[in-house]
Amino acid sequence: MSINNLEDVKKVLETVLLSATLPLKLGELRRVFEEELHSDFLRIALEELRQEWQHRGVELVQVAEGWRFQTRAEFQVYLDRLNPEKPPKYSRAVLETLSIIAYRQPVTRGDIEEIRGVAVNSQIIRTLEDRGWIEVVAHKEVPGRPALFATTKQFLSDLNLRALSELPTLPEMGKETLFADFPVESE
Amino acid sequence: MSEAVPQELATATPLARVLGQDWNELPHDLYIPPDALEIFLDAFEGPLDLLLWLIRRNNINVLDIPMADLTRQYVEYVELMHKRSLELAAEYLVMAAMLIEIKSRMLLPRPDKAEEGDEHDPRAELVRRLLEYEQMKLAARNLDAVPQLGRDFQMVTVFLDQLAVKRLPQVSTDDLIAAWTDIFKRAKMNTHHKIGRQELSVREHMSRVLKALQERGRALFTELFPVEAGRPELVVTFLALLELTRERLIDLTQTEPFAPIHASLAHVDQ
Repeated sequence: MSINNLEDVKKVLETVLLSATLPLKLGELRRVFEEELHSDFLRIALEELRQEWQHRGVELVQVAEGWRFQTRAEFQVYLDRLNPEKPPKYSRAVLETLSIIAYRQPVTRGDIEEIRGVAVNSQIIRTLEDRGWIEVVAHKEVPGRPALFATTKQFLSDLNLRALSELPTLPEMGKETLFADFPVESE
Repeated sequence: MSEAVPQELATATPLARVLGQDWNELPHDLYIPPDALEIFLDAFEGPLDLLLWLIRRNNINVLDIPMADLTRQYVEYVELMHKRSLELAAEYLVMAAMLIEIKSRMLLPRPDKAEEGDEHDPRAELVRRLLEYEQMKLAARNLDAVPQLGRDFQMVTVFLDQLAVKRLPQVSTDDLIAAWTDIFKRAKMNTHHKIGRQELSVREHMSRVLKALQERGRALFTELFPVEAGRPELVVTFLALLELTRERLIDLTQTEPFAPIHASLAHVDQ
C-alpha cells in the first residue's frame, strides 16, 4: 500500500466509504491519509471510483453532507421484497409544508399558513423535525417571536442533492393556467 | 362584461340569470353534498384547495359563482364541521366572506378612468393566493417524486464487527489548530484553482448566517464571510446579509465611522 499509488488510494477510499454509516466529507477523507494528499488528488480518485461503480447495483454519490455509497433506485424493488414493510407515505399537508419551507426559507408558521390557507398542525412540523429535514434557525422579531424554519443539510443529502439550487425548479405559474377564459379587463 | 344578477333579485321563474342566460337548476358540481363531508374533509387541504378544485373541475370563472347559494352551502358545512373541528370551519368561513367581499366590490361602480392609475382589481389578491398555493401544491408533488433515502434507495454499509460501535471523537486543541491550518491552506489553494460553475442560493446563505448568529449571538460582520469559499460565495453571503437586514431578522451596528461592524440577531428591546 502506498499513498502515492492511485489504485491503492482508491481501495482505501472504497473501504472507508463502504464502512461509514454517514456520508464523509472531503476533509474527513483527507484525514484518512493523514492530510498528506491534496484535495484535488482525492477528487480525481473519488471520480474514478465513482465511474468504476457505475455499472453496479451500488453507486458512489456526492451529496450535501459528503460522499457515500448507496443502492441504485432501480434496485429498490428487490430490496423491498426482503423487507416487505413499506415506509409510510407523507400526507399532502406534510409535503406542502416541506416544499414551502424548502423554497421560501426562512419562513414562519404564519407564512406557511398564509400560503396554504389553513392552520399548520404542530404534528406536521414535528414530523419534519423528527426526520431531521427542517430546523429552527432563528426567531422573527415581531410580536410572538415566531420561529423561522429552514431545511437542513440532511434533507438535501436524503434527496441526493448537494445544494438547495439543485431542487426541482418551481413550476411556472401564469394566470392563463388558472383562468384560461378569464375576461381580461382594461389594464 | 355583464354582471351576474344577484340571486335575491331573480324572482321570476328561472332560478337565476347568469351572463344573460337562464338557469333552472343549480350547477350541482359546485357543491359538496353534506353526506360526503367526511370524504370532502380528507380530500381537501383547506378552502384554497377546495376553490382550486372547483375552478379546475368546472372550468368556471371563480368570481361568477352565485354568491348567495354558495354562502348558504358554506354555512351548512360550517355547522356540520362545527361538531368536528372548529378551526377548519373558521377557515372556510373566512374564504366565504372573502368571496362575498370581492363580489360586492365588483358590483360597485368603477372609478373614473382618470383615477384608474393605481386602481386595484379586487380579484387580484385571491388570484395571487390561488396561484401561489397551486405552485406549492405542484412543487410538493415534484419534491415527492425526487428519490428519497430510505424509500427509493438505501445507504450501503458493510458489516463491521465491534468497530460498528460508535466512538465519540477525541478533539484536542492541537487538532483544532491543525484543522485551521488545513482550512487556511485550502483557502490559499482555492484562489488558484478554477472550480466549475456553482449556483448559490441567497436563501441558503440567509439560513446559514442565522444559524451562525444563533450559536454565537453576536459576530463581527467580517466573521460571517466564509473566506475559504471564494468570491461568489462572499458576494452571495453579502446579499444574504442585506436581505436579512431588510427583513429585520438581524441588526447591523457600528459605533462610529470606520469602526468594526457587528451583526446580531434582531432584538426586541422595546
